[in-house]
Amino acid sequence: MGKTLTRADLIDALGREVGLSRNDCSDLLESMLEHLAKTLEKGQLVKLARFGNFSVRSKRPRIGRNPKTGVEATISARRVVSFKASQIMRERVEKG
Amino acid sequence: MLRSELVAKLASENPHLFHGDVERVVDTVLEEITRALEKGDRVELRGFGAFSVRARGARQGRNPRTGEGVAVQAKHAPFFKAGKELRARLNGGVDPGE
Repeated sequence: MGKTLTRADLIDALGREVGLSRNDCSDLLESMLEHLAKTLEKGQLVKLARFGNFSVRSKRPRIGRNPKTGVEATISARRVVSFKASQIMRERVEKG
Repeated sequence: MLRSELVAKLASENPHLFHGDVERVVDTVLEEITRALEKGDRVELRGFGAFSVRARGARQGRNPRTGEGVAVQAKHAPFFKAGKELRARLNGGVDPGE
């Protein structure tokens, strides 16, 4: 436990694995994330074989409670992203 | 949107690159994220979201076909939390909070 990977680490990995310039790698990563975000923004499903699926769910407003203070508050209606990891990913992660 | 559609879109936006290289970029990004989670590491992609691993306790499960009880061992599961910017984009430009 402990390390946190960022864009820079992914771009390093791309530099090692794919013979493209750092600039191209960085641009492609950014465009990739933008396409995923745009698809979710439209409420559409993203299905990435062997990785997992991202979907958007609509939540109704509900009464919640601040777990620290115990104060009740209305949680507004919203759309949330849900990620379901593929069977392959779940099997790889579960022993960790 | 499917993995293949994502690759096709990125390739068409980058006519100076080989389709195969674009495909390897997408594959490598997804593989690196999976590999990090496998090691118990986090992956934080500002604006988009963060992937992490959550511990799930052992529980008493049930075979849905036979109704028989089975012990399910404690395990680790991948988890994704959308970033502020993505939450805002899904909610008319305003992040409704966590």
